[in-house]
Amino acid sequence: MVNLAVDFCGVTLKNPVTTASGTFGSGMEYGEFFDLSRLGAVTTKGVANVPWEGNPTPRVAETPSGMLNAIGLQNPGIDVFLERDLPYLAKYDTKVIVNVCGHAEEEYVEVVEKLADEPADLLEINISCPNVKAGGIAFGTDPKAVEAITRAVKAKARQPVIMKLSPNVTDIKETAKAAEAGGADAISLINTLTGMKIDVERRRFLLANRTGGLSGPAIHPIAVRMVYEASHAVGIPVLGMGGVRTAEDAIELMMAGAAVVAVGTANFHDPLAAAKVVDGIREFCVKHEIRDVRDIIGCV
Amino acid sequence: MQKETGRVVSQKKIAEDIFDLRIRTSAAKDARPGQFLMVFTGDESRLLGRPISICEADAKKGELRLVYRQMGAGTRALAALAEGGCVELLGPLGNGFPVKDFQDRRVLLIGGGIGIPPLVGAAWQLSRPAFAVGYRSESYLLEDLERIGEVLAATEDGSLGTRGNVIDALLALEAEPKAGGAGWLTRGLCPEVIFACGPMPMLRAVAAYAKERAIPCFVSLEERMACGVGACLGCVTKTKETDGHSHVKNARVCKEGPVFDSREVAL
Ligand SMILES: Cc1cc2nc3c(=O)[nH]c(=O)nc-3n(C[C@H](O)[C@H](O)[C@H](O)COP(=O)(O)OP(=O)(O)OC[C@H]3O[C@@H](n4cnc5c(N)ncnc54)[C@H](O)[C@@H]3O)c2cc1C
Ligand SMILES: Cc1cc2nc3c(=O)[nH]c(=O)nc-3n(C[C@H](O)[C@H](O)[C@H](O)COP(=O)(O)O)c2cc1C
Ligand code: FES
Repeated sequence: MVNLAVDFCGVTLKNPVTTASGTFGSGMEYGEFFDLSRLGAVTTKGVANVPWEGNPTPRVAETPSGMLNAIGLQNPGIDVFLERDLPYLAKYDTKVIVNVCGHAEEEYVEVVEKLADEPADLLEINISCPNVKAGGIAFGTDPKAVEAITRAVKAKARQPVIMKLSPNVTDIKETAKAAEAGGADAISLINTLTGMKIDVERRRFLLANRTGGLSGPAIHPIAVRMVYEASHAVGIPVLGMGGVRTAEDAIELMMAGAAVVAVGTANFHDPLAAAKVVDGIREFCVKHEIRDVRDIIGCV
Repeated sequence: MQKETGRVVSQKKIAEDIFDLRIRTSAAKDARPGQFLMVFTGDESRLLGRPISICEADAKKGELRLVYRQMGAGTRALAALAEGGCVELLGPLGNGFPVKDFQDRRVLLIGGGIGIPPLVGAAWQLSRPAFAVGYRSESYLLEDLERIGEVLAATEDGSLGTRGNVIDALLALEAEPKAGGAGWLTRGLCPEVIFACGPMPMLRAVAAYAKERAIPCFVSLEERMACGVGACLGCVTKTKETDGHSHVKNARVCKEGPVFDSREVAL
């Protein structure tokens, strides 16, 4: 028997695998492909205090071993989310991580307050969206702002708070420490890296937003490096993500220091990607006679 | 539904850059006309599926027919597949044309460019279909269409049918119907409903044509996609009313579409 369960800031996940916010909706679409109870947790698409329309299209573009997206955080707002999406996820034997977005401190806090008595196990605060001008990356790249927003959210949150950090910074250790100083229970990284693609035939930007966030296997080595650096800079647990497609990719992030790993863009390549990562981690442990998956966290 | 591996039964080049691909796959079982597949290219560095409409589905044989234009690297890889080759695919996806609601009606199927293939499968399920199709110059699938119903054609260079676009052809016919025509369209009867697929300027013109005549019109839209299943919100189109999913005015082409009532979308 291999133990795959991990404790993540006081919440027990049956295995260390979740989905990356924005790549899995609220689970409904992929719930038609597999039983979501196979996952340690489901992380939902960013939700704001009111519905957000998002950016004009084209919103996505493929790049070598990855993609750019500039969705702009389209979401139905917290009220619809509470009425429709959370009850759907509550039917599964999996933990729910609700990803929260906002343009300003009050907006984040409003969402967090509305989640207080809801069946959400953890909150992930997105302060690192590269596709929304105010509120996204603006919060996530300045350590002082990271600390302030963390403190404001922590003051109201009933659930443990994960601050989602931006990789679009010179030193990830600084923002990681700022989140810890603000009282974060955990950090998650990496969000997407800002990129751009040009249609050379038409001499035009491919994305309507001009820039977009790069994700997928192309960013995996950056994620491994940043998870390693961040996890050594702070004492709080790390949720690692960025380009995970296989169990080996997930294990790499765990060995770099992540306690839990999220599968994102890979879901688009294979709807079963996240479930296969769980199975693959189990097989890896069996093969290497690892009795407890927690033994590999930060083992390098 | 799962992502699965289809087997290439045959592939033919039927016009410049246009390929006719038949695949054996269990996805053929529940396919409805107007639905599409996400077709993967076999190269792991190209992560995303290519949305390709189902041209025809044969549930008994378990075969799907796709007709596509070679555009970039992904469709080029697809075009290189030979009989017996493998192709990973996900589908059938999306809603499809409302063929059941209009089975016995005079349905005009309007196609332009690479929008013609999905009309073939739709037409097989209708009792009174007629086609109006527009090509740049070289035609394709014309024999397939003629086997199913009457065909009004237009080409930009005038090499076949009316010189101009499909709307030009329809207007010319309206001005001068042919009493002894092959079917209701050429005899000058008005369609009761329109199904259309093709480039956006054509769809806009078709929607306007339908609106002027108060004919219900269903258009199949294209948008860049990542997931193809409704999860990423990459493929939205502007709607006139609040959409049921995100409660803004953005419906997902891959999930609520690709076929929309033309009155409900801002084309
Ligand atoms: C619902 C739907 C049905 C379609 N049906 C057909 C069909 O039956 N026959 C056919 O020939 N074409 C069809 N298309 C267009 C087809 O998807 C593109 O031509 C194809 O994806 C190009 O891929 P590529 O790798 O050759 O080009 P590249 O330009 O190398 O592709 C790069 C990326 O852009 C995307 N992309 C490029 N052009 C388009 C486009 N026009 N629409 C959507 N995504 C695009 C690709 O999927 C890929 O992710 C359909 C599109 C949609 C949305
Ligand atoms: C289409 C898309 C939408 C995303 N939406 C969100 C979001 O709403 N909130 C968020 O915090 N991150 C969002 N992300 C970032 C992912 O959660 C993740 O951090 C990033 O994609 C890296 O992981 P990956 O390479 O496995 O996809 C999105 C990513 C993609 C590709
Ligand atoms: S392609 Fe992801 S929602 Fe349509």
